Amino acid sequence: MSDLKKIRDEFTSKLKGKLDLAELNQIKSDLFGKNGLVSSQFKKIGNIDVSERKKFASDLNIIKDELHDLINLKINEIEKANINEKLEKEKIDVTLPERSFVRGKIHPVSQTIDEISSIFSEIGFSVEEGPDVENEYNNFTALNTPDNHPARDMHDTFYLDEKKERLLRTHTSPVQIRTMLKDKPPFKIIAPGRTYRSDSDQTHSPMFHQVEGLHIDKNINMGHLKGCLNYFIKEFFEVKKIKMRFRPSHFPFTEPSAEVDIGYEIKDGKIIIGEGDQWLEILGCGMVHPNVLKNVKVDPTKFQGYAFGIGIDRLAMLKYGINDLRAFFDCDYRWLNHFGFDPLDVPTNYRGLSR
Amino acid sequence: MKITFDWLKDHLKTNLKEKNLLEQLTNIGLEVESVESLSSDNQLFKVAKIIKTEKHPNADRLKVCDVNVGEKELKKVVCGATNASEGLITIYAPPGAIIPKTNTKLEIAKIRGVTSYGMLCSESELNLSDESDGITELSKKYEKNIGKSYFSKSKSNLIDLSITPNRPDCLGVKGIARDLAASGFGRLIASKEKKIKLKSKQTLKVKINKEKGQGCSAFGSCLIKNVKNTESPQWLKDKLISVGQKPISAIVDITNYVMLDINRPLHAYDADKIEKGIIVRNSKSGEEFTALDNKIYKLEKGMCVISDNKGVLGLGGIIGGTRSGTEFDTKNILLESAYFDPRSIRNTAKKLNLDTDAKFRFERGIDPLSIETGLKKAASLIQEICGGEVSKIDIQKIESYKTKIINFDVNSFENIVGFKISEKEIQRILTDLGFIIKKEKNSLKLIVPSWRPDISQQIDIIEELVRISGYDKIKTIDPTKDRSRSTLTQTQRLFHFLQRAIASKGYLETITWSFTDQSYNNHFREAGKEIKIVNPISSELGVLRNSIFSNLIMYMSKNLDRGFKDLSIFEIGPVFTGSKPGEQKTVVCGLSAGKKSRLSWIDKERNIDLFDAKRDVVQTLNEAGYNSDQFFIDSQTPNYYHPGKSGRIFLDHKKDKVAAYFGEIHPNILKKIDIKTENLIGFEIFLENLKLSRKTLKDQKLKFSVSDFQKSERDFAFVVNKDVEAQELISVISNVSPNLISNIKVFDVYEGENIPDNQKSIAISVTIQSSEKTLNDKDLEKINNSIIEEVENKTGAKIRS
Repeated sequence: MSDLKKIRDEFTSKLKGKLDLAELNQIKSDLFGKNGLVSSQFKKIGNIDVSERKKFASDLNIIKDELHDLINLKINEIEKANINEKLEKEKIDVTLPERSFVRGKIHPVSQTIDEISSIFSEIGFSVEEGPDVENEYNNFTALNTPDNHPARDMHDTFYLDEKKERLLRTHTSPVQIRTMLKDKPPFKIIAPGRTYRSDSDQTHSPMFHQVEGLHIDKNINMGHLKGCLNYFIKEFFEVKKIKMRFRPSHFPFTEPSAEVDIGYEIKDGKIIIGEGDQWLEILGCGMVHPNVLKNVKVDPTKFQGYAFGIGIDRLAMLKYGINDLRAFFDCDYRWLNHFGFDPLDVPTNYRGLSR
Repeated sequence: MKITFDWLKDHLKTNLKEKNLLEQLTNIGLEVESVESLSSDNQLFKVAKIIKTEKHPNADRLKVCDVNVGEKELKKVVCGATNASEGLITIYAPPGAIIPKTNTKLEIAKIRGVTSYGMLCSESELNLSDESDGITELSKKYEKNIGKSYFSKSKSNLIDLSITPNRPDCLGVKGIARDLAASGFGRLIASKEKKIKLKSKQTLKVKINKEKGQGCSAFGSCLIKNVKNTESPQWLKDKLISVGQKPISAIVDITNYVMLDINRPLHAYDADKIEKGIIVRNSKSGEEFTALDNKIYKLEKGMCVISDNKGVLGLGGIIGGTRSGTEFDTKNILLESAYFDPRSIRNTAKKLNLDTDAKFRFERGIDPLSIETGLKKAASLIQEICGGEVSKIDIQKIESYKTKIINFDVNSFENIVGFKISEKEIQRILTDLGFIIKKEKNSLKLIVPSWRPDISQQIDIIEELVRISGYDKIKTIDPTKDRSRSTLTQTQRLFHFLQRAIASKGYLETITWSFTDQSYNNHFREAGKEIKIVNPISSELGVLRNSIFSNLIMYMSKNLDRGFKDLSIFEIGPVFTGSKPGEQKTVVCGLSAGKKSRLSWIDKERNIDLFDAKRDVVQTLNEAGYNSDQFFIDSQTPNYYHPGKSGRIFLDHKKDKVAAYFGEIHPNILKKIDIKTENLIGFEIFLENLKLSRKTLKDQKLKFSVSDFQKSERDFAFVVNKDVEAQELISVISNVSPNLISNIKVFDVYEGENIPDNQKSIAISVTIQSSEKTLNDKDLEKINNSIIEEVENKTGAKIRS
């Protein structure tokens, strides 16, 4: 009995002193090692008188736990102190720059094409494409623009041969022709792409982008055309209301034809789309000319519909406040970085066109 | 087409205001391009006479002129025009005047030390013509007007309309008035023909040769004898000036007036200068004549010319010649009013690169029935102003005009346009536009007016009706939101995926032109066909690109010159393989310059290299759904890549089509185009060469199965000949026991000390794991040995001990 107490008192006081990790481990092994003081007490249990054995065992366990806890507490304290000491040394200047990263960007024209596709997708249009090099027939003749037509003057065309049979398409309208020739009505397509005219100055670039739209079915009339474009413009500019004006015009491949203006005003040097009393021409459209339908073997007495052509670069300029068309194709790093979009910003129906 | 409201009122009775007019013009398809004020401001421009000129003391090309502007004192004006000479009558703009062309306000200014009070104006500065060579020269007759305003006091603004090519009738003021009247904007005033006595016979013989391709189908003419060509009366001058035309002489002014008023081009010849008669014929190859623009034109065979015995007098419907032109002393004139075929006019003008007002009108189609009206209108004015006797009118024809008839189904209107108008309204509009209507059982039989070459079928009538009724009446039908086909095809989806995948790896997307500089293109063309543009915008943009690299390198170089050093740019777009439609491929082309890390406190500085590009390409293809474990890579690349530091990627070992190239750009090219950067690395991914999976994303996800048994990693170092590729070793190892080898990684390549000269050491870590059990030492030993044995046998390698 006194043995136990002695052990307890001795070690409790020992453990009160300042000890390092090695000393503590030594004490631990002195007490609980194979032949440690506490361990050997346990071996005694069998020899103790039955009447006292229970109490002895109980006291021994209490002392064992007590000392054990005391040692662990001490060890923990020291370890904690060690870590704290280490942490103190390990402090680093976190304001130093991170490892460098480069951000890629999507060109505003590509982003705008995706926005346009997303909007038209919602109302059932699918995307068609055509080649950049076209033959004279698809670009002009099939579109009701015969070779002596003055409207051809509006298209200063790049030619690839002296006979002027092959050219760089002057508009995306030949995709209409290709689509209707390869398939049967109804048609409901948009065709974004590169277009070319030999025109180069402040506001004209020899290459630019257009999106063509075509909807041919049994009873499609000018009201549908108006509704479709009204919807598109509203969605594209992300406004609730849009002031829009259809006025008569002439294109050889549509009749009746219209040019569409949208209202705008300049506020604090910035263009506001949809309000104001200024008009801005943004697209040409009309009902597909019966001659065009005949050229692609679609019966104009059964099918009719509309087509439109919109300048994509111009839309992008208006929406994102870009002033200079030429800059689109100048690849200036600063410009691309400024007007480009993060590749993760994919315009979709459900999350919206822009952030 | 330039008009004024005042001129319109010659044909249109209306009480409405100019503001309404502008709106209405646009509403019916006659788009108002601009409105210029010609009233108050322009009163400042005065007729003036140069009294004296002196050389400017400080400038050789300038003169100091003393100008009489109708005030007591002469004005000192500094002028640079070569034609500024003593006695010249011209137009003077005082300080405060706004120059129409530049829209700038004049101020008293010192020009090289001499104060100039105002300016002497050229025709182009006044928007009178394109003539910018020298100041305006007015005839002596203006002497009495010195000090008076040059422009009339007309309050009418100059309205510039953009007339679409289908509407030649609206190239005359009357045609515009007719359209306006039909739309309810006033009432059309019926033209009164002045009666003139046509006594004598037209004695000058006119003959149209009947030959193939004859561009003239009718030639009307009359002789006016004993005229006194003079200056036009003020009303006529004012009228022409009000639409920006410069008065010349009465006869010329009258023909211009008739042309502008009713779109009937006329031509006046000095009849005494015509040898015998007029022959309208096809030109012979090599024939020459001097046109009124003082240029000599050499004609090709088959152009429609007006000629006499001596040769060509003029190009029919395009431009007259100097030989038979009218002057102030002209006594007898022959007035021509003809019909020329638009196609013939267009071809000739295009070949000779000639653009005139008459050509512009004839190529759009002149009213074939206006020959006589025009002659009478002009002849009576000439007689009134210049006196003389007018002969009877002679009209030679080789073809007669056939009236066009359209049967119009009234219901078709609503079908196309979506709203309805009454049959009564339809009839009213068409009548106002000049149609003659006969009502039939189920349709209207319409006789199309002769001045409307654009109308030939039912849809043209619908257009007229909706245009005049107003586009604002068209109801907006909201689109339905349903979709029967997917928006994008699989290829289009892949296009967008690759575009954004590359951009997400730090590349800026560019869009460059599809054409490029021939010399740049040649660096990247290899054996590809050069596709020239016949009429390029400039010689530096003369060919379609065979590769996107030419443009990317050009612009990369520009950006480096701007001081940016480490850049990655890319473009996804077409390259061309031939000049036929469809001979093009879609390529994703990227280019990186400079260093991967530069001036970094944390990372080691290093140049960008081909393995950066390879990672971007492989990762992108991987993200797009192609398994990079199956890729086959070799080093056969086009000659614009560094031959030893570039590679090509196939999607699998079948080596079907090249999926991509990557590598350093050939140093010779860098040298030639003088681009300064540490390293230039490029890649190309060929969209059409990527096989499209027939499976959808949901089918691509196989059953999820992983092994939880212990895996072991074993490292091997093989010594092989230098020409043995790592890919070969990997391929051999993976075939040793495909079920058990789950990962193979090259972690070191070493050449040098301890390794023979033409050999290298490749260290590979192989992960071995079974899906059925935990492999024991014996199993592992067995695989180990097979790997060593296989690699040694198949590649000639030796395991490094």
